[in-house]
Amino acid sequence: MASAGVAASLGVGTPSLGLPVIELDGVRKVYGNGQLEVEALKGITLSIAQGEYVAIMGPSGSGKSTLMHILGCLDVPTAGSYHLAGEDVSTMDEIDLAEARNRRIGFVFQQFNLLPSMTALRNVELPLSYAAMSRDKRRLLAQEALDRVGLGDRMNHKPGEMSGGQQQRVAVARALASNPALLLADEPTGNLDSTATDDVLALFHELHQQGRTVVLITHEADVAARAARVIRIRDGLVASDEVAAEVAR
Amino acid sequence: MTWSDILRNAWDAIRNHKLRSMLTALGILIGIAAVVLTVGLGQGAQQKVSNQLAALGGNLLIVSPGSSTTGGVRGGFGSASTLTTADATALSATAAAPNIKAVAPVLSSTSESLVNGTTNWTTSVVGTTPSWLSVRGRTLSSGHFITAAEQASGAAVTVLASDTATELFGRRDPVGQSVTINSVSYEVVGVLTSAGSDSTTNLDDQAIVPLSTAAQRIIGGSTRNSVATIYIKATSQSKLSGAYQEATAILDYRHGITATGTADFSITTQQSVLTATSSVDSTLTTLLIGVAALSLIVGGIGVMNIMLVSVKERTREIGLRKALGGTPMVIRRQFLSEASMLGLTGGLLGVAVGVGGAKILPHFISNPIAISLPAIGIAIGTAIVIGVGFGVYPAARAAQLSPIDALRSE
Ligand SMILES: Nc1ncnc2c1ncn2[C@@H]1O[C@H](COP(=O)(O)OP(=O)(O)OP(=O)(O)O)[C@@H](O)[C@H]1O
Ligand SMILES: [Mg+2]
Repeated sequence: MASAGVAASLGVGTPSLGLPVIELDGVRKVYGNGQLEVEALKGITLSIAQGEYVAIMGPSGSGKSTLMHILGCLDVPTAGSYHLAGEDVSTMDEIDLAEARNRRIGFVFQQFNLLPSMTALRNVELPLSYAAMSRDKRRLLAQEALDRVGLGDRMNHKPGEMSGGQQQRVAVARALASNPALLLADEPTGNLDSTATDDVLALFHELHQQGRTVVLITHEADVAARAARVIRIRDGLVASDEVAAEVAR
Repeated sequence: MTWSDILRNAWDAIRNHKLRSMLTALGILIGIAAVVLTVGLGQGAQQKVSNQLAALGGNLLIVSPGSSTTGGVRGGFGSASTLTTADATALSATAAAPNIKAVAPVLSSTSESLVNGTTNWTTSVVGTTPSWLSVRGRTLSSGHFITAAEQASGAAVTVLASDTATELFGRRDPVGQSVTINSVSYEVVGVLTSAGSDSTTNLDDQAIVPLSTAAQRIIGGSTRNSVATIYIKATSQSKLSGAYQEATAILDYRHGITATGTADFSITTQQSVLTATSSVDSTLTTLLIGVAALSLIVGGIGVMNIMLVSVKERTREIGLRKALGGTPMVIRRQFLSEASMLGLTGGLLGVAVGVGGAKILPHFISNPIAISLPAIGIAIGTAIVIGVGFGVYPAARAAQLSPIDALRSE
């Protein structure tokens, strides 16, 4: 149920649960320079607390992916501030950003982005290997994560030997394995059929129930309907930010 | 990410493209094999020279008669040698020539028939003095060498080289037996220990007789005092040039030579003779060095080319790795490791081919090829350095990619 019910109004989150994981204040993003400038984000201010399940919606070209890149520390804002788990991202250099991505964020992409030559287990181990973790510990955590997404018996299969839904679950396991503060998913169901979509969304729901913070970008209203809070973006600005009346199971 | 993870990733990437990796390594392989062969060829030639020097007795000077002087004024011996036993005696006087240790005048006939009963063997007969043994650095396996008394009396005695002894007497010890040369019977008094062969002659196939005996009974026809060659042994390797100057001075004086370039004799060192006759064909060496250098460069460019293709192809993977926490340094190391592994693979295979060539080629060409461990080590090091060197730029390109651009690429 709406266990993570959060009162949010006027674009400024007032979390009732935990500390803010994400705090954006007047974030702008301008691509290009000179005459070909595109202002993809025009001043976004929002706050997402620990344990929230948030869907970000908006029409094509509205700046959803741009926002996700900034939230994921893959890109830095042109102006404004971004605090991730209390830390100011603008003070970070490239190495700090890599470490923040590694420790605090788990990514799930529309195209799965698994390495085809590696088994599921090694794909899940990949972020852990960048965290200077011993091989045994890495293996253990990766196996746990795969068990949690229900693919414990597929650990030694390569992505090419799995269905799209299974691949996306491996990607979720990879995002989970390092126990990050934030799960970021950009159109995670965009390449999946309805059954696989249901599987993956059930997984997100379960993770949310276990207290994870999940931010999901989507086109689809019925996907967004699963989230506890929906933020709508239009033309690089927050158009609406509301707590869903009742979360659809 | 630990080095073992990085190396494992690099190895996986190479294995994922086996054919492409092998072709890339091929360029390095050819270059390294050529390096191993070129170095081996040079070292083989050097070893051959020094082996032969050792076999011939070091510190050796060889005095040969020059062409007859114009007008035949000096000596008046017609075609006879201008060197005499008296020259040899003068050279061995220690007061005048302190750097000369011993002198051995030699008369020889290259083709004499030696007979033992029904066994017949044609070889060269060398007439010389007792000092020959130490001058040529030889030893005896049985019996004794020609003595001063035998030399003085022109005794019919002979010392056989090992192959000659085997040809004439089989496995029996020939000492005390006799052989017939020019229908004169000679007692075999000793047998020389085997010494191998120099560049032109088998040192183990000859018969030694006293110089006086050779002059009277075998060479004949010419004056009894003339000799064909005088061997001079210097007191040590470092005294060789001193001995050379002393010998030149003494012979110039004795032969009345005043102007340079008119000498009726010539003195050569063993080293100069050997180096001239057995040095490796320099065209071949230059060609091989050129092939080696060129193919190493071409191989390096091949590595760079493939690494650039690989970075391009794997842009998405690089983006993903960065998104998952890979720092530019780790990404750079991964691609550098891949490049150096390609280099190393080529290097190791190149060494294998080079060593194989060094074993097989000498059967087809006359030059020996040495296999030297330091050269192999340097070759492998070079291969890795080439891999790294030509991998720097592609690796830097990979490290610089921005994660979003890389992830967005198709
Ligand atoms: N690298 C870039 N250079 C220039 N302009 C860009 C770049 N990336 C995005 N944009 C522009 O920024 C705007 C927002 O793009 P963004 O990808 O964030 O949209 P989106 O909401 O994710 O759309 P979609 O739903 O189609 O994925 C668009 O107008 C796009 O053209
Ligand atoms: Mg998008």
